Amino acid sequence: MTTFRIKRFNPEKQADPYWEDIEYDIPPGATLLDCLNDIKWTRDGTLSYRMSCRSAICGSCGMKANGHALLACQRQAEHLLKDGRDTITIEPMGNMPVIKDLVVDMGEFWEKVNQVKPYLKEKEKPPEKERRQSPEQFKLIDDASTCIMCGCCYSDCNTLEVDKNFLGPAALAKAQRFVQDSRDEGTGERVRELSEAGGIWDCTHCAECVERCPKPAQPMYRIKEIMSVALEEGVTNNNGARHALSFVKSIKHSGRLNENTLPVESMGYFNIKGLMELVPVGLRMLLKGKIPPIIHKNIDDVEDVRRIFRELGE
Amino acid sequence: MKFALFTGCVAKGATRELMMSTIKVAEGLGIEFVEMKSAACCGAGVTQEKSALLTDTVNARSFAIAEEQGLDLITICSTCQGNLKKSEHKIDCDEEYKDKVNHVLRDGGHQYEGGRIQIQHFANVLLTDEAKKRLKEKVVRPLTGLKTAAFYGCYILRPSELSPFADPDDPHELEEIFEICGATPIDYESRTKCCGFPIIMMNKKASLDMAGNALVDAVDSGADVVVTGCPLCHLNLDSYQPEAEALRKRNANIPVLHLPQLVGLALGYTPRELGMDSHIVNTHTLEKILGPNPAAKSSHH
Repeated sequence: MTTFRIKRFNPEKQADPYWEDIEYDIPPGATLLDCLNDIKWTRDGTLSYRMSCRSAICGSCGMKANGHALLACQRQAEHLLKDGRDTITIEPMGNMPVIKDLVVDMGEFWEKVNQVKPYLKEKEKPPEKERRQSPEQFKLIDDASTCIMCGCCYSDCNTLEVDKNFLGPAALAKAQRFVQDSRDEGTGERVRELSEAGGIWDCTHCAECVERCPKPAQPMYRIKEIMSVALEEGVTNNNGARHALSFVKSIKHSGRLNENTLPVESMGYFNIKGLMELVPVGLRMLLKGKIPPIIHKNIDDVEDVRRIFRELGE
Repeated sequence: MKFALFTGCVAKGATRELMMSTIKVAEGLGIEFVEMKSAACCGAGVTQEKSALLTDTVNARSFAIAEEQGLDLITICSTCQGNLKKSEHKIDCDEEYKDKVNHVLRDGGHQYEGGRIQIQHFANVLLTDEAKKRLKEKVVRPLTGLKTAAFYGCYILRPSELSPFADPDDPHELEEIFEICGATPIDYESRTKCCGFPIIMMNKKASLDMAGNALVDAVDSGADVVVTGCPLCHLNLDSYQPEAEALRKRNANIPVLHLPQLVGLALGYTPRELGMDSHIVNTHTLEKILGPNPAAKSSHH
């Protein structure tokens, strides 16, 4: 017998969510969704969640099991019971308001997808026939186009937990699908917008979205691809781009990161406000002897690393 | 027990106490580290944006150096660990790409073969049967009663298929080390989350909110100390703790140790020998909890 510990909430009846324990015998091979369906259909019809295709295609049944977002139809319930545990905790997805039980309000999620203008931008009139793409051109957008908008990445995104202004992994993965689409003519404009606050450079690369994504869309890698395009397009007047370029410069010079120049170069030499913000932590570290050596040492055989940079044209 | 030590940049810079304590613990356990003095920065997950091939080639050069020494490459930083594994994976999965990388390496006298060495974190070394045995024998100051919260550092956990830990969604490796040292692991939600440091220069408020949430979560779960295997996490959780507290309007005042510092305490080294006096958050409370050091090992050194 397994305990399904489900977070229940009906705002019409309760002030706060509460945990309900349901004892349930998992049939062999049953998915988490199969179990929830059986519980709903035979025990408690008031249990609410979204579901449709049961085949990891529609993206409806996103929820958290044992603290992490997944598609309930894509995971066998028994696989959530390793190490002899007898309880599965089930909660609504995170970073979104709960409507009832496991149903969340995805309004903001969709709003952010819309914000990245998820459609082709063209300057000229559409051609008479379809726009052809080579297999290589399609490969660049293939992964992002597998996104089923389930919200699992958005649910577990670490940046979104603290900053609702962040566009989030799904919208940014969708953005990559257009930034690198050979038929799109708005690349420069797109990467400029995506480099603003709330965009690509607010991603911590924690890969929580990669882990939760049920498809090859894997947003963090798509976000990194947009970053590359932004640097190629010369959209570098922001802390994120300056930070990346400062790293590259420092490794090219000495083989290692120069921690003294990185913060200053990331902020920008003329960003007085940003530079002032570095003062308290800098002073604090100075007093404790934590400031990196002022004379920045090269790694041994740094010449070989410089040669690699030269050979690759960097 | 001989390994190639990939120090990373931060252990040689802003968190030199990590390097100090790593060397002490290695000495104490008879682990031989050959420092990879010619290895370059792992790229910290930000240089790929400029050029993935450049980053992977520079990292393959480090792997080749370890291969030439015939030694497994050991990191002391979750960020280095994650980034090196990403490069290794990418190169190992694509022969054509590997040829490209090796073509560039050739002129420097290096060749990356692949599959010959392991890339692992110091925590993995401490959990090998031999090191575990030695550690158990050499704990002279069991950290009894020290409620210890692990903070893993996200790059070492995800993507999970590249993690050196068995169950990255619910890891136990750091806790296992704490228990061998006699400390009491504390479970709390934030232990596998991001510390926020990667965006400290881009979105300071979000970054420090993440750090603050983790610290408050640890404190509210009863922790006396947070222990991390990542010096970047250490910077956000320790060096920036005053700002994180101000932002959260909550006093955390919780010491943050590097993993080898915690192990070093159990081995009888003094906080000073482990560089704990350089921390921003005072670590004296730990001495109070642990009581006098029966080993007083410093006097023998």
